[in-house]
Amino acid sequence: MYRLTGVTKRYSRGKETVEALRGIDLTIEDGDQLVIQGPTGGGKSTLLQMIGGLDRPTEGSVELDGVDLARISEAKLTRLRAEKIGIIFQSFNLIPTLTAQENVETALVPLGVKPAERRERAAEALRSVGLGERLGHAPSELSGGQQQRVAIARALVKKPKVLLADEPTGNLDEGTRDDIMALLEGLWHEYGLTFIMVTHDSSIARRAPRLATIKAGQITLTEQHAQNTYVPQGQGQGQGQGQQEPYAGHGTQQGYQAY
Amino acid sequence: MFGIYLKRELGRRKKAALVIALGLALGIALVITVNSVSAGMTQAQDKVLQSLYGLGTDMTVTKARTAPTSNSSGQPRFEFDAKSNDDDTEQSSDRVMTQGGQALKSSLVTKVADQKGVAAAVGALTLNVTKVDGSFTQGKAQSSTSGSGSGQGGPGGGQGSGSTAAPQVQGGGASFDVNSYSVAGVDVTNQDLGPLAGSKITSGTAFTSAQTNAKVAVVSKSYAKENKYKVGKTLKISGTKYKIIGIATPDSSDSTTDVYLPLKQAQTLADAKNQVTTIYVKATDSQQIDTVKATIQKNISGTTVTTSADLAETVSGSLSTASNLATSVGKWLSIAVLAAAFLVAALLTSSAVSRRVREFGTLKALGWPSRRVTRQVVGESIVNGLLGGALGIALGLGAAYAVTAISPKLTAELGSTGGGGGMGGGPGGGGPGQQSASNTMEIALSAPVSATTIALAVGLAVAGGLIAGAMGGWRASRMRPADALRSVS
Repeated sequence: MYRLTGVTKRYSRGKETVEALRGIDLTIEDGDQLVIQGPTGGGKSTLLQMIGGLDRPTEGSVELDGVDLARISEAKLTRLRAEKIGIIFQSFNLIPTLTAQENVETALVPLGVKPAERRERAAEALRSVGLGERLGHAPSELSGGQQQRVAIARALVKKPKVLLADEPTGNLDEGTRDDIMALLEGLWHEYGLTFIMVTHDSSIARRAPRLATIKAGQITLTEQHAQNTYVPQGQGQGQGQGQQEPYAGHGTQQGYQAY
Repeated sequence: MFGIYLKRELGRRKKAALVIALGLALGIALVITVNSVSAGMTQAQDKVLQSLYGLGTDMTVTKARTAPTSNSSGQPRFEFDAKSNDDDTEQSSDRVMTQGGQALKSSLVTKVADQKGVAAAVGALTLNVTKVDGSFTQGKAQSSTSGSGSGQGGPGGGQGSGSTAAPQVQGGGASFDVNSYSVAGVDVTNQDLGPLAGSKITSGTAFTSAQTNAKVAVVSKSYAKENKYKVGKTLKISGTKYKIIGIATPDSSDSTTDVYLPLKQAQTLADAKNQVTTIYVKATDSQQIDTVKATIQKNISGTTVTTSADLAETVSGSLSTASNLATSVGKWLSIAVLAAAFLVAALLTSSAVSRRVREFGTLKALGWPSRRVTRQVVGESIVNGLLGGALGIALGLGAAYAVTAISPKLTAELGSTGGGGGMGGGPGGGGPGQQSASNTMEIALSAPVSATTIALAVGLAVAGGLIAGAMGGWRASRMRPADALRSVS
């Protein structure tokens, strides 16, 4: 469980001080899905960095299962990220020189997993996102949607407790967006993850069960009782036909509808 | 993962990797070339010094220079007899002088050998032989009744002029060849040290230890060729015949002595019984030569001790100039190029890290510790450095090979400084500080590459990689994982 108390983050830009977050209080239960929305520069990515242990607040505390991420040592924070937090980036952030399988393996390297097991688990994760036949492909040989699937496999291969996504569909077209969202929804249900996502996309935000809107560093929470209704459009799939793909068509199986 | 990631990254940034490697390669190649050429210079200098010393000699002891006395002209004097008019028999006269005109007592050899730090001491007598041979024709006396005239005569002849009937000497004259060569009296009981140590017997045999006073001679190859001497023939010096038993070829390019005789024979020739001109000394420890020199000078007065270091200071000519260039300009040029290469490698690596902010930020966000990210950057840099090192070693070896193949000729001028320096047994003269004549030798330069030089090159390559990697790694380690997100927000 996350408990954020009075989280404030200030940045210095020359003589000017910018307050990105202003006394945020927020509780996120295990297995919750929270979508964070807001205008550019409103502080949503900064909040995600605090939650992900990528940065520390200037004031306040960010507790994950009772551990204050703002206070623990850098080494412990790094270890915690490696074990408990999976992150998906808007621009996928894949290592361009490594293959899809090797990219997924990078998440297991800090955990000290042996190479053979690493390869097997990475292949399995890629199969689970419908890329069973793309293990040896470089990112440049994959479409945007496929690259984001590799990034999702990388985030989930270590079986994290928390999945953070920073505008995961920001660089994708509408059809691919729905594919990815259907996949993420399916994974959230399957693994019982705590899923926190930042998005600009109001159509995604509308369907979130819990919505946090950040403006000028301050948060407003909305309980929406919305139902996820993503229907995969088939993009980015088909490459893994015949492979084990539990989430590739998950949306259809669950009967999610677009709008 | 480390190896795969490293290999792929270097493959992706081939151009940058090549620029870094080439920069380091240039610096390392220059270091190898300068080092090997310097080693070649040292070898050349050693060859020059060996030609004077003989192999294995650490220093020589000669008599200290003294002011010449007023009644000792020191000039050679030749005496010939006038012959009758019809007698054109060739006459020959040899003038034998100890080199430099000053000698030491043979007993000093033992005294020097007894000094602390002296492994062996051997005495040698170096002589200059000036041979004059030719014939005289006596002038003829003729009567004349008128006119004037002049006549020339040889020694014993006369010159007349006038209109009287006095007889005039006409005709007559002399035709002489003057030939000068050097003779070294060798201690046949210890030929590993002394004038013959720098030569190999390439024909015939060397002296045996029993030939302490035998009328035998070893002739240098160049002198034998010039005078058509062969093993088995005889050589005549100042009326004494010596049987040639061997031909000696010097290890260095030039011969310093023309004829070698047993020491006692040389002493008899020069009328210098129990005298030597030079004592060749080998020290027990080559690191203690200066100490041994000081000991000898302190304990045996009236002597001059000259080490190879002293002698090296008298080397001039293109060898000396090139040697100075190699050790000064070459050294600093190498350091400058290496420093520039290290700087370029460090800046390029740092710049590459800056371009990979998102990549390293992502890895940190995934939970990679800073040390693992740093290790990755340093690893890439070291491989780059080793690549540059391999390239540099290849370039350096090529350059060294080219220098050896071209073998540029360098001249070394060895002259006494007039201050008591100079070595006994110098080629064709140049006694122990007695003469100011200099000797010029031509040496072919080579550029030997030692294992130490290669080890130095590898060390520099790793150092270059480490320096560049340290700078890049430092930047990477300071990078915050939030940068991975911020770069896209």
